[in-house]
Amino acid sequence: MPTSSNSAGLRIELRGLAARHPAGRAAAAPALKPLTFAIAPGEQVAVIGPSGAGKTTLLQAIACALKPAEGSLLLDGEDPWSLPVARLQRLRGRLFLAPQTPPLPPRQRAITAVLAARLPSQSLWQSLRSLVYPSGISDAYAALAHFDLADKLWDRVDRLSGGERQRVALARALLAPASLWLVDEPLSALDPTRARLAIDTLTRAARERGATLVVTLHQVNVTARFPRIIGLRDGELAFDLPSAEVTRDRLARLYAQFEYELAGDCATAPETDPAEGPAPAVIVSTGR
Amino acid sequence: MNSATASSPALRDPASHKRIFWALAALVLLGPSLYATEFKPWVLLAPDNLKVTARFVGDFFPPKLTSEFLAMVAREAWRTFAIASAGIALALLFAMPFALASTAVLSVSSLPGRMHAFPFAVRQAVRLLLIVLRSIPELVWALVFVRVVGLGATAGVLAIALTYTGMLGKVYGDILESSDVHATASLLRNGAGRLQAFFYGLLPQNAGELTSYTVYRWECAIRSSAVLGFVGAGGLGQQMDMSMKMFNGSEVSTILIAFVLLVWLADHVSMQLRKVIA
Amino acid sequence: MPATNVIIDAPPQFLRARYAAAGAVAGIAALTAASFWSLDLQWANFFSAGSARRMTKFLGELLVPSREAGFLAKLAVAGLETLAMSALGTLLAAIGGLALALPASRSYAADGSLARTPVRLVLNVLRSIPELVWAALLLISTGLGPFAGTLALAMHTTGVLGRLFAEAIENAPPAPSFALRVQGVPAGRVFLYATLPQVLPQILSYTLYRWENNIRAAAVLGVVGAGGLGQLLAFHMGLFHMKETSSVLIAMILLVSLVDFLSYLTRRMLTR
Repeated sequence: MPTSSNSAGLRIELRGLAARHPAGRAAAAPALKPLTFAIAPGEQVAVIGPSGAGKTTLLQAIACALKPAEGSLLLDGEDPWSLPVARLQRLRGRLFLAPQTPPLPPRQRAITAVLAARLPSQSLWQSLRSLVYPSGISDAYAALAHFDLADKLWDRVDRLSGGERQRVALARALLAPASLWLVDEPLSALDPTRARLAIDTLTRAARERGATLVVTLHQVNVTARFPRIIGLRDGELAFDLPSAEVTRDRLARLYAQFEYELAGDCATAPETDPAEGPAPAVIVSTGR
Repeated sequence: MNSATASSPALRDPASHKRIFWALAALVLLGPSLYATEFKPWVLLAPDNLKVTARFVGDFFPPKLTSEFLAMVAREAWRTFAIASAGIALALLFAMPFALASTAVLSVSSLPGRMHAFPFAVRQAVRLLLIVLRSIPELVWALVFVRVVGLGATAGVLAIALTYTGMLGKVYGDILESSDVHATASLLRNGAGRLQAFFYGLLPQNAGELTSYTVYRWECAIRSSAVLGFVGAGGLGQQMDMSMKMFNGSEVSTILIAFVLLVWLADHVSMQLRKVIA
Repeated sequence: MPATNVIIDAPPQFLRARYAAAGAVAGIAALTAASFWSLDLQWANFFSAGSARRMTKFLGELLVPSREAGFLAKLAVAGLETLAMSALGTLLAAIGGLALALPASRSYAADGSLARTPVRLVLNVLRSIPELVWAALLLISTGLGPFAGTLALAMHTTGVLGRLFAEAIENAPPAPSFALRVQGVPAGRVFLYATLPQVLPQILSYTLYRWENNIRAAAVLGVVGAGGLGQLLAFHMGLFHMKETSSVLIAMILLVSLVDFLSYLTRRMLTR
């Protein structure tokens, strides 16, 4: 329903990209050590790792919200930071970033919050008119219905629960005219059933549109839905593998000393990498 | 999921009726207001007015900078400051006792239960006095005092003293009332006198807020005192009034600059003071 | 174990703060004393028997308002004029203040807009000049009447509200505007969709508070010729019509109380 000028997703390439944490001092060590990998258009990737691994910094760097300290980022073959401002703004219109905390103004109604995702494709007059009387009510209704929130269409954001707010923030992705979706920890406030529904909706919608999808997660059981998993630890690439090859001991090593952060059981992950020896004695605790 | 059509109730903005109502109500009030205030912006562009304005504003540059005029402006700036300070000092002197008399925190009769009738009446009377004092604009007081004591600084000082007694008194009372009364109540319960309870309980707790507000009001008083000059109470305001009546743009310009500088200085000093004292 | 007497010294920073405070207080006291001395105040004049008698007579006459119908009608008209002046002036200032608050505020940490300093300077000048001085200046362009008063209130209050609004905008939680900026939404729309919904309650509250201040200001602007109750007051007081003056003063107090009450009600309604 929303028009995206490029139905093909964005291609992402990182070449030795290092970035500092947005709140860090200029002289501090980068939160992301030089990373190199590429994500094909329309690919769906899960990024996992313990706290402080740099997952949020990575998403912000890809979203062009953070200038790289070293190395370069290429979106569809272009370095966004070398573009003139007008072209960079247009490129930004093809991005969608859903931060960890739902970025919704408390007193705004859910419908306006959701429709705001469309602003990059609206003219000034359309955006102003939409403030007086929302345009695209049925689209917003459909988007919220995908996340089982259709009845909250006219409710104020501060009257919603934490989980509902998180789902409203996700519903915005369905209306954004974006071909790259960057979603940071979308399931932290959701119970397992809702979490599965949400991730299914996201991945299905991204697939239908051909949008590139990069999601950071702690819920390891859900990562199985993603064909590719990137593991980060201390700002470095721990692994970049098809999800079938991500074994329990790989996960254990990734989350060593941070086992309590793993959420969801890992029963679906293969026990050991057949090439390696017997499983180590470390027990991976399943957070619930 | 698409079963709800565009016209079904769930898809119409429920807030639109309320918004339309208030928008219309605002328009209904706006019309008469524009009429009552003779709001005709095109008057500003009428050729006669435009000519006078242009000449007056043109005279602003350059401002009059002769040494004797500057000396006079500096003197008057000091007078403006002095009138404000003297007025605030007097206001402080009177506001404190009034505030103490109006606050229920120092009530001895209400310690066991309800306040007795007489103390209650006294407190309400003091409150009413403070409200009256602050409702009457200081300009009105200045007009009255200019008639009684003549033109000059005394009228200004008295006008500021009276109005600000009301303002300071009421806000001091509010600050004292809203503070944590536990310490003071304990002192009173253990037999301390009211003034003792104030000095040992209320004052230390609220000194910061009280001083902060007083310094803020002192800064306001400087602005007031300039304004009072327009009715003859001395200072920069009186000079500006005289220069304006002569349409002397360059003099007005100098005085305006001096006034803005004075206010800016007061603003900064007041910020520093509040940091140091509070 | 025997108890040792430990003399606890006040830590140096504490003492320094105390000395600074004491120094400031001493400085203020000196300035105040200098003020009283340099002003050459006519205390004798004020406290003389003749003066006291005049004051009492004056105040006594003020206690008897006029109740003549024709005059009361004029009073009502002037009261409505003053009310309209204060409301319209405050409204214009809210719009103007919001328009100036945007360029005057830094909406995110790295916002390097060049317009910030000049706009802040304009706001400072607007609010440094009191309403009465604005009125006196504007009378030259508009002639006598309430139009000058409305504009004077609007000019001064734009400076005040502009600065308050800019601070509110800077203090608004940045997450919603960040998300929209990442999508490349232009600054004006980011403000309307992300920042304004968050600061609107404060904006309304500040505006209503200023209305309470402006009704007091509007009431006296007439003294320099800007219409309303002030003009009536100056007229009758100048001619020593004490009964009419008394009515005007009572009308002023009532009007101020009315606006205070309306402002309080509206603020209550908005925060429900």
